[in-house]
Amino acid sequence: MSAVTAEHGHDDHHDDHAHGPAKGWLRWIITTNHKDIGTLYLLFALAMFFVGGAMAMIIRAELFEPGMQFVDPKFFNSMTTMHALVMVFGAVMPAFVGLANWMIPMMIGAPDMALPRMNNMSFWLLVSGVLLLASTLFMEGGAPAGGWTLYPPLVLQTGKALPFAIFSVHLLGISSILGAINIVATILNMRAPAMPLMKMPMFVWTWLITGFLLIAIMPVFAGAVTMLLTDKFFHTSFFDAAGGGDPVLYQHIFWFFGHPEVYVMILPTFGVASTIIPVFARKPLFGYSSMVYATASIAFLSFIVWAHHMFTVGMPISGELYFMYATMLIAIPTGVKVFNWTATMWKGAMTFETPMLFSISFVVLFTLGGFTGLMMAVAPVDFQYHDTYFIVAHFHYTLVPASVFILMAAGYYWMPKWTGHMYNEKIGQLHFWLSAISVNILFFPQHFLGLAGMPRRIPDYAIQFADWNMISSIGGFIFGASQLLFLWIVVDTIKGGTGEKVSNEVWEDAHKHGLEWTLPSPPPYHTFSTPPAVIPCDHD
Amino acid sequence: MSTSNATYYIPHKATWPVLATAGFLTTLVGFANYLNGSSIGSVLMIAGLVILVVMLAGWFTLQATESETGIYNHGVGVSYRMGMMWFIFSEIMFFAVFFGTLWYTRNLSVPWLGGAGSNVATHEMLWSGFNATWPTNGPGNVGGHFEPMGAFGLPLLNTLLLLSSGVTCTWAHHGLIAKNRKQLIQGLIATVGLGFAFVLCQAFEYHEAYTEMGLTLGSGIYGSTFFMLTGFHGFHVCVGAIILSVVLFRSAKGHFTPENHFAFEAAAWYWHFVDVVWLGLFIFVYLM
Repeated sequence: MSAVTAEHGHDDHHDDHAHGPAKGWLRWIITTNHKDIGTLYLLFALAMFFVGGAMAMIIRAELFEPGMQFVDPKFFNSMTTMHALVMVFGAVMPAFVGLANWMIPMMIGAPDMALPRMNNMSFWLLVSGVLLLASTLFMEGGAPAGGWTLYPPLVLQTGKALPFAIFSVHLLGISSILGAINIVATILNMRAPAMPLMKMPMFVWTWLITGFLLIAIMPVFAGAVTMLLTDKFFHTSFFDAAGGGDPVLYQHIFWFFGHPEVYVMILPTFGVASTIIPVFARKPLFGYSSMVYATASIAFLSFIVWAHHMFTVGMPISGELYFMYATMLIAIPTGVKVFNWTATMWKGAMTFETPMLFSISFVVLFTLGGFTGLMMAVAPVDFQYHDTYFIVAHFHYTLVPASVFILMAAGYYWMPKWTGHMYNEKIGQLHFWLSAISVNILFFPQHFLGLAGMPRRIPDYAIQFADWNMISSIGGFIFGASQLLFLWIVVDTIKGGTGEKVSNEVWEDAHKHGLEWTLPSPPPYHTFSTPPAVIPCDHD
Repeated sequence: MSTSNATYYIPHKATWPVLATAGFLTTLVGFANYLNGSSIGSVLMIAGLVILVVMLAGWFTLQATESETGIYNHGVGVSYRMGMMWFIFSEIMFFAVFFGTLWYTRNLSVPWLGGAGSNVATHEMLWSGFNATWPTNGPGNVGGHFEPMGAFGLPLLNTLLLLSSGVTCTWAHHGLIAKNRKQLIQGLIATVGLGFAFVLCQAFEYHEAYTEMGLTLGSGIYGSTFFMLTGFHGFHVCVGAIILSVVLFRSAKGHFTPENHFAFEAAAWYWHFVDVVWLGLFIFVYLM
């Protein structure tokens, strides 16, 4: 990256701030620049995507055939637990924070994030938290193996790893809270005067709401795991019925955090999709204000539906009914979004570059994941699906061909802007088609397995589940291998890509859709020292 | 809400945040090792805390110097205020977890253990002798016999101490606005003094609980919620008092003007937040 910046140093002239990046590797440690920190977040997330992916490969290898093949059951359970924690807290969330860091100041005409020193701290706290988590893999008694939800009393049986895992959650929580405060303050305080709230790009809107969610929920998770710590080491009885506590209380607190948490991963996804689809459909985003209100409604609803994760725990029937109906309400604002994306494409002059391919397949496959969510919202039916491979299929459809695909789309879409180089479109499309086909081979059969009764989080299974598991594993291996193409693309593009000169707008007429496309590619180290007077706006 | 960022101050090349991270990581690795019974635990913890103290002194000094040289403009001030407000909101959510826990156990899980709702069988078969009244240490009589903490001794005194400190804090703020430095400093001394007096009283209260009342962190759900809520609150009082001490120190050095005193405002907001949490505690933990 530094070579690229130096090469395009001549772009700096009108924005020169007298402050360039620090020299050498130290630049990346002490930086307060939103572009540097964005790059750090994105590269770290990419690395963790492969670490978490390697764990998934171990899981799928063990499940390739019935019987025990490669790993012992305890390690298998550690893999499912760590795969989830690494992907959620190490890959998907940091990737979106990286996009926020890079893009939000450029989209709203700000010189940087509102609190640049704190921005640096957020990133390094994230790295510390993930290191602490990864260290548990090498400890006596192994890494946490009770599932990413860390339910007591099971999780209290973890060995030496328990306090490390809990403190890792604390560090990741502080990192997320500080990062979210920074993003919210940036959006509310640093927009160019010409940009009122209802002219903000959708990506900025979704991050404003996501930031609020994060500030509200991360302390809740921190409180829950603190009680785990005191129950284990300081003789408290929060989750112990003998002392008057209740293990189900942990589940309530966890999912009060956990449900908004999954929307933390999907709302910025919606934002990126709403950014990319209009550009390649060459039309303004359909229903901008309804998109904003739908996002806010989804965020609000996310706080009042948590116990739909706990239908089988033994709740009063009135609770089951309330959480069932409240959950179904979410389909309404989500449907608004899906229809808006479709209407944006309707009669558009569409082209199908890699970012658009990923975005379209997001709309289709996320909708599928949403439908299975509706199925499980029905409490009596959920009694059959609960803790089976059906739920695994459901949330992987909302996370992999939705969040991860959109992250890929964002990578292809903005990489020319970030690096000043064009990626290889042929390899990009190959990456897309391999991913889109294999992800369905990987996850679709898991619906069948779940409906047939195969429980999740087990290393071995009955012979009747053998065929679909083998197909799913084959899909998984192809999917995993295909992601190496993306790694190749990233390295190749940073090193020069196709070599063709990239214009400011990169994509045809993109400057009509966002302020970032009016800047040089790559943008100078400091942009918008003075706020822009005119803001492109692709909606009424 | 948009403000002009034409001359917005952007800091460069920060080293304190990296040191802060190192401090947090060292402290927590130390604490985790300590909990696992490893001998290096406490050494690492102390090293981490030393790093954090050095970091805080350095970072605060840097911010104070920058603020006094006037390189922050209005926009930077707004960002700082937003940052502090959202941080306090996250703290409110943190305390909400423990208040929620208290509500849940008192109104749901303890009555269920006593057979409420559809839980008659659970009660009869598992805990048939259990009388579900609050305060309780659960059907297992976890931690043995204890006396619950009354409201009208030290806790009431502590309520008065904290409420008065809120008043003196506001009085100091008025002094700052009116350019009355003496009032500012006296008000802050009173606030910090009352804050530490509160912590001292709470220490006495804890001592009495542990030595005379049999009430410990291990006294079932009552002891758990009591010490978790009051303990985290007491910790926040200490943090607030330390922040106010820094503000007092800076006031004595002649810092702050009626227009530019973000540090004072942030400390005061934090202090009022701690105050309000205590009122919630006094009502829901001690009185009810």
